[in-house]
Amino acid sequence: MTAIPTETTPGAVAPPHPIREFWSYFSENKGAVAGLVVFVTVVFVAVFANLIAPHPPDVQYRDHLLTPPFWQTGGSVEFLLGTDAVGRDILSRIMHGARYSLIIGLIVITLSLTVGIGLGLIAGFFRGVVEIAIMRAMDILLSLPGLLLALVIVAILGPGLFNAMFAIAVVYLPHLVRLTRAAAIAERSKDYVTASQVSGAGLLRLMVITVLPNCMAPLIVQATLSFSTAILDAAALGFLGMGAQPPTPEWGTMLAEAREFVQRAWWVVTFPGLAILVTVLALNLLGDGLRDALDPRLKR
Amino acid sequence: MKITIARAMLGVAVAVGFSAAASAKTLVYCSEGSPEGFNPSLYTAGTTFDASSRQIYNRLVEFERGTTKIVPALAESWDVSSDGLVYTFHLRKGVKFQTTKNFKPSRDFNADDVVFSFNRQLRTDHPYHKVSGGGYEYFNAMDMPNLLKSVEKIDDYTVRFTLNVPEAPMIANLAMDFASILSAEYADKMLAAGTPEKVDLDPVGTGPFQLVAYQKDAVIRYKAHPDYWAGKAKIDNLVFSITPDAAVRYAKLRANECQVMPYPNPADLDAMRKDSDINLLEQEGLNVGYLAFNTEKKPFDNKLVRKAINFAIDKKAIIDAVYLGAGVPAKNPIPPTIWSYNDDVQDYRYDPVVAKALLKAAGYPNGFETDLWAMPVQRPYNPNARRMAEMMQADLAKVGIKAKIVTYEWGEYLKRSKQGEHQMILLGWTGDNGDPDNFMYVLLGCAAAKGANRARWCYKPFNDLLVEAKRTADVAKRTELYKKAQVVFKEEAPWFTIAHSVVFVPVRKSVVDYRIDPFGGHVFYGVDLKQ
Amino acid sequence: MLQFFLRRVSLVIPTFFGVTLLTFALIRLVPGDPIELLVGERGIDPARHAMLRAELGLDKPLLAQYAIYISDVLQGDLGKSIVTKEPVLSEFLTLFPATIELSLCAIVFALLLGLPAGIIAGVKRGSAFDHTVMGVSLTGYSMPIFWWGLLLMLYFSVYLGWTPVSGRISVMYWVEPVTGFMLIDSLLSDDKGAFISALSHLVLPSIVLGTIPLAVIARMTRSAMLEVLSEDYVRTARAKGVPPFQVITVHALRNALIPVITVIGLQVGVLLAGAILTETIFAWPGIGKWLIESVNRRDYPSVQGGVLLVAVVVITVNLIVDLLYGLINPRIRYAR
Repeated sequence: MTAIPTETTPGAVAPPHPIREFWSYFSENKGAVAGLVVFVTVVFVAVFANLIAPHPPDVQYRDHLLTPPFWQTGGSVEFLLGTDAVGRDILSRIMHGARYSLIIGLIVITLSLTVGIGLGLIAGFFRGVVEIAIMRAMDILLSLPGLLLALVIVAILGPGLFNAMFAIAVVYLPHLVRLTRAAAIAERSKDYVTASQVSGAGLLRLMVITVLPNCMAPLIVQATLSFSTAILDAAALGFLGMGAQPPTPEWGTMLAEAREFVQRAWWVVTFPGLAILVTVLALNLLGDGLRDALDPRLKR
Repeated sequence: MKITIARAMLGVAVAVGFSAAASAKTLVYCSEGSPEGFNPSLYTAGTTFDASSRQIYNRLVEFERGTTKIVPALAESWDVSSDGLVYTFHLRKGVKFQTTKNFKPSRDFNADDVVFSFNRQLRTDHPYHKVSGGGYEYFNAMDMPNLLKSVEKIDDYTVRFTLNVPEAPMIANLAMDFASILSAEYADKMLAAGTPEKVDLDPVGTGPFQLVAYQKDAVIRYKAHPDYWAGKAKIDNLVFSITPDAAVRYAKLRANECQVMPYPNPADLDAMRKDSDINLLEQEGLNVGYLAFNTEKKPFDNKLVRKAINFAIDKKAIIDAVYLGAGVPAKNPIPPTIWSYNDDVQDYRYDPVVAKALLKAAGYPNGFETDLWAMPVQRPYNPNARRMAEMMQADLAKVGIKAKIVTYEWGEYLKRSKQGEHQMILLGWTGDNGDPDNFMYVLLGCAAAKGANRARWCYKPFNDLLVEAKRTADVAKRTELYKKAQVVFKEEAPWFTIAHSVVFVPVRKSVVDYRIDPFGGHVFYGVDLKQ
Repeated sequence: MLQFFLRRVSLVIPTFFGVTLLTFALIRLVPGDPIELLVGERGIDPARHAMLRAELGLDKPLLAQYAIYISDVLQGDLGKSIVTKEPVLSEFLTLFPATIELSLCAIVFALLLGLPAGIIAGVKRGSAFDHTVMGVSLTGYSMPIFWWGLLLMLYFSVYLGWTPVSGRISVMYWVEPVTGFMLIDSLLSDDKGAFISALSHLVLPSIVLGTIPLAVIARMTRSAMLEVLSEDYVRTARAKGVPPFQVITVHALRNALIPVITVIGLQVGVLLAGAILTETIFAWPGIGKWLIESVNRRDYPSVQGGVLLVAVVVITVNLIVDLLYGLINPRIRYAR
């Protein structure tokens, strides 16, 4: 997307740079901006957790088992959000847990995007039997509820964070494949593609360099939403014992460990859940804002 | 709005419901899982036995409530031949079977029922052997097909069991859940009607409670058997409310939605102790958690090394951190609740200096490398093997032993360790019948050295003591032999014995005379409700 | 129309077979020996182990196992659970009504709150109400529902004591299971208290399970309303002087609801996945809880049969939704 030179129409105002234009639409949506700010904060916390967390996440303070948050009796400012059953500081664990959540989101979307886009483009370009085979396979994957499929895949591969991420990526695959295929089919029949083809562009170049960039908008939105759902699904798997294993401070695993304390120490259960909620909410707001800003049909 | 109206009406409804049943006492037990079925001979899970054998059925002999002592039940007395091969049981008269919607008994319990119950499991040609999928796992696990030659009716109230080899623990085996007595008359009737599986789905027994209905995964209802031979139960209705989550069970206990619950979360124990409506009962479990050394692999074939490790690990720290206080240190392979427990045995103390010296004497002054297997699941004898392994790893490192923690999926773990792939392994055992043989012979005997004996330890002096104890039915003599065996065990140290976990059962104050079953079961005959 | 119907149905068949192959392959790949799990620490001697494997048909080559499996499935025999030895199909059918009841109540809850909220938010775009609805539904969509369920249970059942803690009905009531739906069965049993009890037990689980569909339906309805309200024919209706209420209900709503119906259909998969978590928390005896326990116990036939049946349900519902959508929207029917 290059700016069109304006010397040909003297007196006309140059159209805004695409990024500027995007930002002006985006920033109108207060919620989206708030989401962006929160998300950037989460990223910051994750990256600098080592430096800003008050304690290391795996150190067990044996004299401070299950201390409440600092505003309750028995709490201390040393452990702002309290400690868990083996005396680890919850605030620090949540901060370090942000890393895991971000990694989960990144790996899931990387895996599912690369494979999904690849399959979608192939289906959209080759049509015929290849397309039917790919889409049937995606239909089969779609007929199993996501969590169930992920659960069975993790049961096969063994519990663990990476296996959970792989399983979730597999579950998201069909949506991305469908999206890419639909976009590819729509773009394929357009003039600029025919023009490229006529001037001798190879299939690979056509797919990746010519068509793909124009399909990016819905894919970006879907990726943001997948990022947030990946965090939720990884937490669900962790809660069922199939995701990250203790003592990893992944938020879902923390909830699983905390479940037995739900009546005795509410803070062990509440704060990791809140962390998930805030992060996912921020991402969803961001995704909504992106969709509104990138989707030309909704432009007023 | 929905909620407040519901709340008010619920209050009224509960009041009406309760007042209508005010004369009938109902005890609700929050069970931790669904039963696999209602015929205890077909299954192995404790949850299934709670729902079937312990309420609906009786056995020839039973364990006195809350103990491991064997007392007469459906058999009033028995004689053992001098060669230990023939057991003759004299059956109780006037025992009535339950009347259910499928079946009305026309006769009292007699020898036919005993013969049916055992031959069904023993004889592969028995018409009922394959019904409901067959697979009498516990019968096989206790080696009954090899031990039992025949079960015969002598007359209506006398049954003879003939064994192939003398086996003193046989009496204890007959008190186990798989040996429950079913109704032969009911079985015949169902076979004739072409619906033999009903015997297992709609059970009929002689026990204190009979099954009324089972809503799968939700509720089991029982009512007291009015003609129970030992006297009708004090509770009129018994209800199992299936609640898999321990926190939810506790919530229901607090709300008086159930009066007894098993397996509380260790985190809730303090609150339960302080709660004025709840009595927290506790007892040592009939189990042992251990770290076994694979004596077939170097350097664990060297006794000095095994002793060194026994000195190197801080047992108390593990019990505090992993069992959260819900465990007692173990020094013998059997728990203190079993007869012949030798309290005179001296345990190894925690002393890394001695450990290092022993290692040096054994030829490993700089320690060595080994693996340490830890199971991925929670077991009754070990609430968190992973955490325990990490603590042991740290202790061993202090004396120069580098341990690598290894784990597999539970089924794999069991399979591979049976084949001896490990060097050091964490495992444990829960007793089946309260007999010391059930611990020591199964886990440390030569016959099991390629299987359940994870230390793969075959030591003739020890084994000889056990075999001799099997041969004689004289309890005093057996006690002597087992005590000696425990001394030998401690000296040879094929294990580092860790702990016996403590079983907690919180009950509401309105529950009277509930006793914890050493076998992990939940027995409701003899329990009363104050209203 | 018939052609469309037949075409859609014919697409279902290969999908169905694909699902059977997928579930069969997946379950076989799960490590862990069900027999070892059943016997535990005690162990089992190799001869007996081999015998049990043969009995369960686990020793035949995979392809043979699959062939036997497929032919059994087509006759309605989904095998027997390794744990309870009961036919998988009958276990599923016994437990399924509980999940259906919960899912239906969750959807009703989601529709009752979500539709009006979405419509009003769409009509009053940009207002405080609109922002609130959007905010609340986005929050609902972003929550881990197992955490939400735990918190609700903690607050309303344990702390306030307003709702019961778990289960479908108080154990004090015995209701004859005629249909399997507790609400209907308790009405049939002449025991007023039973119905109230069943209803009160449904409150929290339905709210928890229905939170995500609620959010989705509210947002979908709102955006559908927005699209429709900006259409020309609506503008014409307004210009003609049709009262605003009529504009909304008669003209706009009918077309706005079309995408919403599709969305509801798609929620079936979400509901079944959510049921796994909700049933676990509230000890609701449905298939979600059953499936999780079967996976943990390596009960191959139950997991296989359960997953297959769930897939069948999802495929069927999607088919019905597609057909309905084709019925309502002629453009889909005649599309290539």
